[in-house]
Amino acid sequence: MAILEIKNAELSIDNKKILKGLSLNVNEGETHAIMGPNGSGKSTLSYMLAGRDGYELDNGSITFDNIDLTPLSPDERSNLGLFLAFQYPVELPGVSSTNFLREIFNSRKKYLGENELSHLDFIKFLRKVAEDLSIKDEMLKRYVNFGFSGGEKKRFEILQMALLNPKISVLDETDSGLDVDALKIVSEGVNNLKDKKNAVVVITHYQRLLDYIKPDIVHIMSDGKIIKSGDADLALYIEKNGYSEILNEKS
Amino acid sequence: MVATTETINQVKTTTDKYKYGFSTEIEVDKAPKGLNEDIIRFISQKKDEPKWMLDWRLEAFKKWKRMEKPNWAKVSFPDIDFQDIYYYAAPKAKKKLNSLDEVDPELLKTYEKLGIPLNEQKMLAGVAVDAVFDSVSVATTFREKLSEVGVIFCPISEAIKNHPDLVKKYIGSVVPVTDNYYTALNSAVFTDGSFVYIPNGVKCPMELSTYFRINEKNTGQFERTLIVVEDEGYVSYLEGCTAPQRDENQLHAAVVELVAMNKSQIKYSTVQNWYPGDEQGKGGIYNFVTKRGKCLGENSKISWTQVETGSSITWKYPSCILMGDNSIGEFYSVAITNNAQQADTGTKMIHIGKNTKSTIISKGISAGKSQNTYRGQVQIQKGAYNARNFTQCDSLLIGDTCSAHTVPYINQHVSNAKVEHEATTSKISEDQLFYCMQRGLDAEQATSMIVNGFCKEVMKELPMEFAVEAQKLIGISLEGSVG
Repeated sequence: MAILEIKNAELSIDNKKILKGLSLNVNEGETHAIMGPNGSGKSTLSYMLAGRDGYELDNGSITFDNIDLTPLSPDERSNLGLFLAFQYPVELPGVSSTNFLREIFNSRKKYLGENELSHLDFIKFLRKVAEDLSIKDEMLKRYVNFGFSGGEKKRFEILQMALLNPKISVLDETDSGLDVDALKIVSEGVNNLKDKKNAVVVITHYQRLLDYIKPDIVHIMSDGKIIKSGDADLALYIEKNGYSEILNEKS
Repeated sequence: MVATTETINQVKTTTDKYKYGFSTEIEVDKAPKGLNEDIIRFISQKKDEPKWMLDWRLEAFKKWKRMEKPNWAKVSFPDIDFQDIYYYAAPKAKKKLNSLDEVDPELLKTYEKLGIPLNEQKMLAGVAVDAVFDSVSVATTFREKLSEVGVIFCPISEAIKNHPDLVKKYIGSVVPVTDNYYTALNSAVFTDGSFVYIPNGVKCPMELSTYFRINEKNTGQFERTLIVVEDEGYVSYLEGCTAPQRDENQLHAAVVELVAMNKSQIKYSTVQNWYPGDEQGKGGIYNFVTKRGKCLGENSKISWTQVETGSSITWKYPSCILMGDNSIGEFYSVAITNNAQQADTGTKMIHIGKNTKSTIISKGISAGKSQNTYRGQVQIQKGAYNARNFTQCDSLLIGDTCSAHTVPYINQHVSNAKVEHEATTSKISEDQLFYCMQRGLDAEQATSMIVNGFCKEVMKELPMEFAVEAQKLIGISLEGSVG
């Protein structure tokens, strides 16, 4: 069953067309990879999905579980189960990481009509999830993303993903700035969360992340559109031959 | 269906906005409107005051008539007609009250609505409360337990009668009658307030707290608080304020004086949530308050912590006079203005003794069309060798129709003193809001979280039970500021 359906999405920023008729279907249980050269509109796609101000569609449609996403605010989309792991996670000075995590966790529970966890129960639960991502207590005492290293920031994103248990997760360049060890931890984290009911969309420039998070379908994005889709071999082909051949073939 | 829910929510948030805006139907004893010597005599007589107190008031009134209103603050409002105000309003009591059971149940209900459990059984949390309703102190809890250790905590009107020597010695000793227009007015007409005395070597066993409420229409509240802590004593004092929602502006001109002797410590915390007026700026409290502490003894310490979210106009500078050598003054402030509110607030740190230290942390948050000014003075007088001050003023803007100003004055007369001043102004970034909202927090939750983070350094200075209330208050006062 389709979780996410994007049809002919067109979007411009400052009167410049960025997305030019992009279509994408993501079904339950699938892992998709979207690859493409710089400036092809990958990050714009992620902001558009999350409903960021200024990233409204000119044309086309997006639905999530058959619900039209376009009129919904970022928090409403998040509540439906859409998660975006940021390429550049934002610092929140003075906001303790633990409090922030508890707030978003309980806010999600409340939306789902489930019981919120008490402070103590939450801390226990958090410790367990954090341990799997090699996140130490000390880090959770710091302010959100404040003074975190690149790797810490990305692990913190995946920690939030684990707490919110989304239906679809969009990982925007989650591999950037990670060394091999951190890459493994983050990928394992994502793989552990993957099941038959949810879906992952990995946006990446390089193939190397896909060695750890195995995609079912690989899409090549260029100039605001998906120009080619295939299985995991397509990513390997790009790794070997670069983007130019496919781009040329298209033009 | 969706539209109906939306309407209900809309109505709910509108009416929830100032949840202390109800008024209480109570029989009231009122002096006639206006201000003259007879009114002052009336107040003094109502309070059954000794003659010296009446003379002090009349003298203050004489001086007040010759004084000018201050106009240097960055606030604007129509001229106040001081003859159009009631200077005395008291809930009518049939006889003298001996215990809480005799307090008018309507009044107790009001305090219950405000979340102040006056009932001693409910007070096991350990906060002793003095509640001031319009012009009189209604009940002071835990008095007996406190008196066992020698702590005096009572309405100032009682202290004038029962502890005249202490009051005579210290009243006006920190804030002189003629300090400014409103202190002179307060000295003439003050109706009640709290008195605290901590004897030598006593650490007050519980937090002391006063709750102020303006209920009557057209009344001014002029309370006067005096806290004296002897050598090696300690007290933490909390003050909270609310008022009903009314279209007229109401005046609140209080005076607070603190005196700290050798090695003593006073921690004074305020959560001020007077009615701020409506979105257009109609109504609301004029909060013109003079608060000052004197570190008279060596190694003494006074800290002011304030969370100012209410009032249509706030004009307030809790200050420290650091006379004793090695004395310490601290000022931690969060001032939030929304809609048409105006705040001009800050502190004065006057360094007189050697090795005196002061810290100023001020966080101003402006939203709507509001104006928020930090005004502070650091004075290092001759002889204040090795004095140190650190000042940090941060302003946060929400939206682009509000404004923030920082006005620091530094007077330094000693070469080896060190004064540091840091100031920043920032806006809540769209990145931060989007990040929080992507995690499922709505715009208001997200703003409140970011703002609370911004205020962290000040909030952590508040006593625990106050901090929780203050955090919620920040959320409430910023409602509707992001869209």
